[in-house]
Amino acid sequence: MDLNLLSRVSAYEWHIPQKGTMRVPGIIYADESLVRDMDLKVYEQVVNVATLPGIVQASFAMPDAHWGYGFPIGGVAAFDPQQNGVVSAGGVGFDISCGVRALYTGLRTDDITPVKEKLADLLFAQVPAGVGSTGRLHLKSKEMDNMLAGGAQWAVQQGYGTVKDLSRIEEHGCMAGAKPGCVSDHAKKRQQDEMGTLGSGNHYLEIQEVVETYHDPLSEKLGIHTGDILVSIHCGSRGLGHQIGTEYLKKMVEAASRYGITLPDRELACAPIDSPLGQEYLGAMRAAMNCALANREIVTHLVRQAFSEIFPQTSLPLLYDVSHNTCKMEEHQIGGRSRRLFVHRKGATRAFGPGHASIPADLQAFGQPVLIGGTMGTASYLLVGTKEGMALAYGSACHGAGRSMSRHQATRQWKGQRVIQELAAHGIFIRSPSARGVAEEAPGAYKDVSAVVDAAEQAHLARKAAKMRPLICIKG
Amino acid sequence: MGIRGFGVTKPQAFEQAALALTAVITDPQQVDPQMERHFTCDAPDDELLLVDWLNALIYEMACGHVIFGRFDVTITDHHLSAIAHGEPVDRSKHEPAVEIKGATYTELAVRQIEGNGWVAQCVVDV
Repeated sequence: MDLNLLSRVSAYEWHIPQKGTMRVPGIIYADESLVRDMDLKVYEQVVNVATLPGIVQASFAMPDAHWGYGFPIGGVAAFDPQQNGVVSAGGVGFDISCGVRALYTGLRTDDITPVKEKLADLLFAQVPAGVGSTGRLHLKSKEMDNMLAGGAQWAVQQGYGTVKDLSRIEEHGCMAGAKPGCVSDHAKKRQQDEMGTLGSGNHYLEIQEVVETYHDPLSEKLGIHTGDILVSIHCGSRGLGHQIGTEYLKKMVEAASRYGITLPDRELACAPIDSPLGQEYLGAMRAAMNCALANREIVTHLVRQAFSEIFPQTSLPLLYDVSHNTCKMEEHQIGGRSRRLFVHRKGATRAFGPGHASIPADLQAFGQPVLIGGTMGTASYLLVGTKEGMALAYGSACHGAGRSMSRHQATRQWKGQRVIQELAAHGIFIRSPSARGVAEEAPGAYKDVSAVVDAAEQAHLARKAAKMRPLICIKG
Repeated sequence: MGIRGFGVTKPQAFEQAALALTAVITDPQQVDPQMERHFTCDAPDDELLLVDWLNALIYEMACGHVIFGRFDVTITDHHLSAIAHGEPVDRSKHEPAVEIKGATYTELAVRQIEGNGWVAQCVVDV
């Protein structure tokens, strides 16, 4: 991106001045190097989002922002229903409530090393991953609706996971306001065999070693120390979310002119929050969020089963579960008064600061845990939300490394088996049904996650609490 | 990931775009035409018709656990009817790299190009 297009406010904050049909300015949080490496499309997409009705304050981009569909991935925008604000299916995307959770094993690196191969095989056999994989749970109509209404709470009632898990999941494991009746039969059919599956692409199940802590009070509170072993699960609402995204994008594109909305890009398809279509979409999207929360809870159950075969004494408590790709109704202080806004985070993570009522009571003094997924060869991070971040971008942070090259380019540069061998030489065991899928996900195809996280910290969006590196990665 | 189909006619460009969709997942030459599925789509314009066509294929692949390697498309005004030929997904044979979530409106275009050919393209989310 050409820096001349931007106004530099600080080393980590860049503004796109309001012009033309923009209703608010654009704000990018990143260092100069990350901004330079961003595609010009990110600039265009931040500007396009700024033109949507009812947008408040600014159209934001996080440090990992890259070219997305309509919104940039790493985009954050809030809309006020009292100012004809909109909800955008494109602003949430296809992989609704895709997210990351971390489990605490109570094990140390030395415990894992002798059984790493066996554990990798067990997890790969236990957790369905990749294209065409199906779960053992096949939901009929009534149970599907119960799942869509209940989320992880439903999963726990069915015997997957524990009640204790729920307190460490956003929305206590169940997104209120879900309307299974707004989810089409097509979307439900697409999901009926996919509960408890990882999916493919950038989704993964990892066994990670904590390699650094930053003396942060949150890592102390969570009992995380260097050499500890964590489990990280990255997956979402599977076929149901994809189908809801597809169907409501089309409905919103067709309805835009009826609502008097001019779309600079059809992928920004949206509807007024208080319109029938806006409310229908919110009901369906919240159901998809519950699907994602239930899915991660079931995958967690499968991981616990696999671990119990080797480490029967472990219980793998949930540290925290975060969602990306959401639109949530939140109260934020704007100009000294509280306003009820619909905050879209597309490839961005909620990162509420200390004291926020949405954070579990025992963690409220510290700030919300934020889990940042890296690549299978680099690192992942535990961050914590800050007080400053609440005023910067509605309590939001980055969500991952972000791709630096296309999947096609990656397959021209790397072979899957070679990637697997090279990572094994570094002590990282990969299990995947697709060698080409591994090549497309090669660590070199992504930006430097550490640079992204450093920028998020320097911008005061969130601060570092722990760094993890993968030991085992199950790839879809 | 972007997909683009070229053809002498518009239906051929739609067929080639569908073939590119398969290529995102696996090598289309590895797909045997053992069975067929029939599709019909209607949309207000060519571009929305392309998205509908690709999303219909994505849905059938996801729910039917099948993959397609050959396509016969006819288009009259903005009505598409098609037959897709393929087989059930075999994970050891096809080694599917990634599942496609949906066809997007990003870089969406259906247009005539120089030499009287057609191009049909969009970005798909994986």
